[in-house]
Amino acid sequence: MTDVLRATALVCQAASCLAVGSEQVLEALAGRIAQSGLVDVAVKRVGCLGLCAAGPLVRIDPTGALCERVRPESTDGLVAALRDAGPTAAPVSSSALFFARQVRVVTENCGRIDPEDLDDYVASGGYRSLRTALTSMTPAEVIEQVRRSGLRGRGGAGYPTGLKWLTVAKSSGEGKYVICNADEGDPGAFMDRCVLESDPHRVLEGMAIAGYAVGASKGYVYCRAEYPLAIARLRTAISQARQAGLLGVHLAETPYGFDIEVRLGAGAFVCGEETALIASVEGKRGTPRPRPPYPAAAGLWGRPTLINNVETFANVPAIIRRGGEWLARIGTEKSKGTKVFALAGRVVNVGIVEVPMGTSLREIVDDIGGGVVDRRPLKAVQTGGASGGCIPADYLDLPVEYESLTAIGSMMGSGGMIVMDDTVCMVDVARYFMDFCRNESCGKCIPCRVGTTQLHMLLTRIANGAATLTELAQLERLCGTVARTSLCGLGQAAPNPVLSTLRYFREEYLAHIRDRTCPAGVCPVAQRKVVP
Amino acid sequence: MPLTALSSPGEDERWRPVQERIRQLGHRPDALIEVLHVAQEAFGYLGPDALAFIGASLGVPMSKVYGVATFYSHFTFRPHGEHTCVVCTGTACHISGGAHIVSAVQVRLGVAPGETTADGKLSVLTTRCPGTCSLAPMILLDGAPIGPVSTEDVLARLEVL
Repeated sequence: MTDVLRATALVCQAASCLAVGSEQVLEALAGRIAQSGLVDVAVKRVGCLGLCAAGPLVRIDPTGALCERVRPESTDGLVAALRDAGPTAAPVSSSALFFARQVRVVTENCGRIDPEDLDDYVASGGYRSLRTALTSMTPAEVIEQVRRSGLRGRGGAGYPTGLKWLTVAKSSGEGKYVICNADEGDPGAFMDRCVLESDPHRVLEGMAIAGYAVGASKGYVYCRAEYPLAIARLRTAISQARQAGLLGVHLAETPYGFDIEVRLGAGAFVCGEETALIASVEGKRGTPRPRPPYPAAAGLWGRPTLINNVETFANVPAIIRRGGEWLARIGTEKSKGTKVFALAGRVVNVGIVEVPMGTSLREIVDDIGGGVVDRRPLKAVQTGGASGGCIPADYLDLPVEYESLTAIGSMMGSGGMIVMDDTVCMVDVARYFMDFCRNESCGKCIPCRVGTTQLHMLLTRIANGAATLTELAQLERLCGTVARTSLCGLGQAAPNPVLSTLRYFREEYLAHIRDRTCPAGVCPVAQRKVVP
Repeated sequence: MPLTALSSPGEDERWRPVQERIRQLGHRPDALIEVLHVAQEAFGYLGPDALAFIGASLGVPMSKVYGVATFYSHFTFRPHGEHTCVVCTGTACHISGGAHIVSAVQVRLGVAPGETTADGKLSVLTTRCPGTCSLAPMILLDGAPIGPVSTEDVLARLEVL
């Protein structure tokens, strides 16, 4: 291999592409290149290239050509593309738009660097922000940059990150902690998986900067066990960073020390809630507790604890490198920066997209997403997972930001975005999410434990065509009770999918109750008349 | 009071990673979930002897070990069958036909999610989204993700196991 490479094939080795054989593509391609005698081309393992629907994906660097659905037995075209360093399988028009509309901050390295190679991360500017923070900024200056960036928590609630950091920094006492919430529990959300599998060092760097800023010397990444590849790459990254002196007793030859350990989740959605997550890190049942005290004052082991989500931490190195004001120029007045979405469901381009805050749903679904599968009519876009809501097609021009989504009865959530067409029944969707919440309720407080079960029963009766209008009223009333009186966010938000579908698709509920029909043909509505 | 005697690992090699992790984490009670993970990976499930040994090693009472282990859906207390078929019940899979797969498998094989066939050949399980929604609807057959699959696909694959 020569020093200067003419071209490199970047082969996606993240979970979605691996599931359709990208590891075999990587091996086959390396073999073919060795056979061909080409010395100035290379094959490189990279993370998520974004367009998961068209995997296995290979991008040719430097031409940028994206080769989709590559088979290990037919890599000749790729070898030719590398030799000529020109595009072969030219990207189809839909995927060209897929990339053109995106702005990459958090995912800037995804699909570009080898996630298991520290040197590659460093070569792309990695850990420079940490060095800058440690050697030429005070903790207060770091927090000030984060505050100026306007960054808000990407886990869903949107709390100002700078303010959270400041609160933890001001909390007195030794032995503070930083926790990264990587318990991406919303079904249909896979943004954090993508970041962790593609650029794990970035998250570690963000955490170390946070640790310096708030005065913590120990961090935990709480990652769900369903992501084995993300866990493996995190662990690899941690041990590489320790060896390079970027984690441990003296970071980058400074007196400041910070170390990170991985803690595994074990399949409990409620552990996305910060107090439940802390209990789980402590090795206990993941049940939430009332706040205050907030974790910023009394968190892990009762010590002041900063908890941010993966995407929030992944924004931090860019903020330090380019300045808080740079990020604040992206996005809208109240929602700054970009947001990563996992686009899934009945949409052509299933994958990971990163767009400036304020981008309209229409741009995301139609332009970037390539529209609905089979050109069927779009019915709704579901955001915020089990805590969010269904946004009807009428609101497609809505700019995506924290306040606008909350105003129409949904929420930003962590970034799962499920596109639904006319084959989807909204009563079934509401029942599906209530089943999820019922199963995931930790059982500590009665409104959530009993309420979600009762709500699920009422929704099942509606779906079966067995409910009356009185029960519909009961459903709405109970939604209010559960939302108002539950202990934590899980219960408080559990009624959202019901309330938002009732708000925009009430006629579907009425069809199930009055006409005993399911307009989408999904529910097992009974034909017989119900005895009152 | 720590338990002793009854839960000695003996000669079984599979205990080694469990003991190693216990040592790594300094026998601290808060290591419980981490150690349960390693034990389940080593044995495929958490049996009474494993729970007792882990509790005794970490100084956690059995009631608490059991309370924590049963709280988390990832942990299982019975060995799985020779093969496992995990059906994704995430949102993207649900609206693309995933719900039918679960019920069709149940009707054909007579096993509900979480159960194993009488001959011990196959365990049917469900998962809440491993985050590979481009495969929806998808299953994990012996850990390998497969998708998009139709109900017929799944039944045919299970037939030839």
